[in-house]
Amino acid sequence: MNHRDFLRSVFQSMLRGRILENKLSSLYKAGKIVGGVYLGRGQEAVSATLGTALIQGTDFFAPLIRDQAGRTAFGEPLIDCTRTYLGSVKGPMRGRDGNIHRGRPDLGMPAMISHLGAQVSVVAGMLFAKRLQGTLAGRVGATCIGDGATSTGAFHEGLNLAAIERLPLVVVVANNQFAYSTPNDRQFACADLVEKARGYGVGGFSVDGTDMLACVSVIGEAVRRAREGGGPQMVVARLLRLSGHGEHDDGSYVPAEARVDHYGQDCIEVAMQQLLDHHFATAEEIVAWQDQIADEVQRAVAQAQQEPVPDPYQEDWTALSTRFPLDQPISQPIFS
Amino acid sequence: MSVTYIDAIREAQEKLLREDDRVFLYGQDIATFGGAFKATKGLAEKFPNRVFDAPISEDAMIGMAVGAAIEGMRPIIEMQFADFSSVAFNQIVNQAATHFYRTGMPIPLTVRLPSGGTPGSGPFHSQSMEGIYAQYPGLVVLTPATVSDAYHMLLDGVALDDPVIYCEHKFLYRWLKAKSINGDHLPIGQARITRPGKHATVVAYSAMVHEAVRAADRLVQDGWEIEVVDLRSVKPLDIDTILASVARTGRLLAVGEAFPWGGVTAEVVARVTEEGFHLLDAPPQRLNARDTPVPYHPKLWAAHRPTPESICEALRKLLSF
Repeated sequence: MNHRDFLRSVFQSMLRGRILENKLSSLYKAGKIVGGVYLGRGQEAVSATLGTALIQGTDFFAPLIRDQAGRTAFGEPLIDCTRTYLGSVKGPMRGRDGNIHRGRPDLGMPAMISHLGAQVSVVAGMLFAKRLQGTLAGRVGATCIGDGATSTGAFHEGLNLAAIERLPLVVVVANNQFAYSTPNDRQFACADLVEKARGYGVGGFSVDGTDMLACVSVIGEAVRRAREGGGPQMVVARLLRLSGHGEHDDGSYVPAEARVDHYGQDCIEVAMQQLLDHHFATAEEIVAWQDQIADEVQRAVAQAQQEPVPDPYQEDWTALSTRFPLDQPISQPIFS
Repeated sequence: MSVTYIDAIREAQEKLLREDDRVFLYGQDIATFGGAFKATKGLAEKFPNRVFDAPISEDAMIGMAVGAAIEGMRPIIEMQFADFSSVAFNQIVNQAATHFYRTGMPIPLTVRLPSGGTPGSGPFHSQSMEGIYAQYPGLVVLTPATVSDAYHMLLDGVALDDPVIYCEHKFLYRWLKAKSINGDHLPIGQARITRPGKHATVVAYSAMVHEAVRAADRLVQDGWEIEVVDLRSVKPLDIDTILASVARTGRLLAVGEAFPWGGVTAEVVARVTEEGFHLLDAPPQRLNARDTPVPYHPKLWAAHRPTPESICEALRKLLSF
């Protein structure tokens, strides 16, 4: 993919993420979605760039809660998202898990758990398996975390392990300034999170996460270095979460000055202007993309809404794949 | 020529490495050093690039194993002590154990937990974690008590597609010997009648099977014939064999080395009471470790865990009803 096509692809994934998430927000507020809705508003440039730089079928991608744009860029169909959020039994999680916990581990996209930092070592293990199988060359594994997750033991253990094994792992930290409501100064004491990269012995990059061109350049370079054998890379993207933690949260704790400073700008508006300024896309094309994506989203929602929800009578209610002949689970009647 | 319990664990791992390319070993000090208990002695030399030293990162060790299992491997993770698996608890119960239910893809990894008390080991090198892990859906929890079971259940556990918590008892490592590793090779999920009897049933597992047999031997002089059931796996739990034994004896004592609140012995008593109340001639009894951290001093430690003496006393009480 040449530079122009890559940028157009990144932008389309950003748009797809934003339009889909706007729809999810409406569905949530209309009471059509049970459970939480977590948006990546403001993080699309970072997420979509990473997803576009990865190759589905070769690479691994463990998204986190604000990676709708990256998921779609990596190749996750919209219907996987709408089915999971709307509880369709045909979705990848079949109603057993919801919203952003969905995944396709058989397609290189593990299903996240809520415990932050936990996916770092999982992606390291996927890469480690490929090394043992002799098929690691040319592969990259990536995962996204937030500023809050850098405080976890799991992040530290996972990145340190990947560094020891010198695995082609890219960890993208979206520093959106707030972990739920907790600001950076209650989360870490170093001047910049990227300083941690040096301590782990991994490559470190900083990027303005609101600037698509910068993201493409910097995240692209980090992925390239990992793919070429340079070991783990850590990218810290500075930006601002343009929503609450979830749609249940109005984010009123974000001070007004943070909203109006440079990092409070909307990466989609910035990216649109960048495409126009560099003549990578015309305004007409962008409008057409918006219309096309809105139509795709509408169809994915409509299809998932028509599908059956899980039936407790059809569930086998077992958490093991093995069937032990002598094991007799305690029988419990189903009341529904 | 005799084989110890830890020989059996080492032999099983060697056989798995030899016969299954998907198996690799990962744990602290297990490569050149051969492990804190020498359960992997010589394996790194025999199988280069299949046995790896891990950093002191129990969480990442299991996360890594989950990732490797997703990509088709069968990792065996050695926790240096079962106690330290508390650091990996999140990856075990939330990542590995939920994965099949959530995604439909099973996670075939095995976590070896050197478990249970030995004199002088103290609060952080003596714990029995089987009840904690059995509580969570999505895990198979194995507690071998014999040399043959240590060998065959490790082979059979690694062959399962699901995550396996393999609790190996440190006290049995070198103390327990057998003429060979061959045995009856019962399937996982089936308990064994270790010693037949007719007056009371002791349900035990891991090292407590041997303490229960000693207690049963002592009660022979008083005319009591005690049946000892070795659970072998605490999850799945072979309730049929337990109920059949209680049907013969009418009396139940469940013995475990873990802490007393809840756990395996409570589950056994609850299941028997629920499903076999009519079989009971006396209130079912439990005997566990005491409700304190495992003490360091051998005199305190010996009074903390069930012993042949305390099992005899519990049995006499059970038989007095």
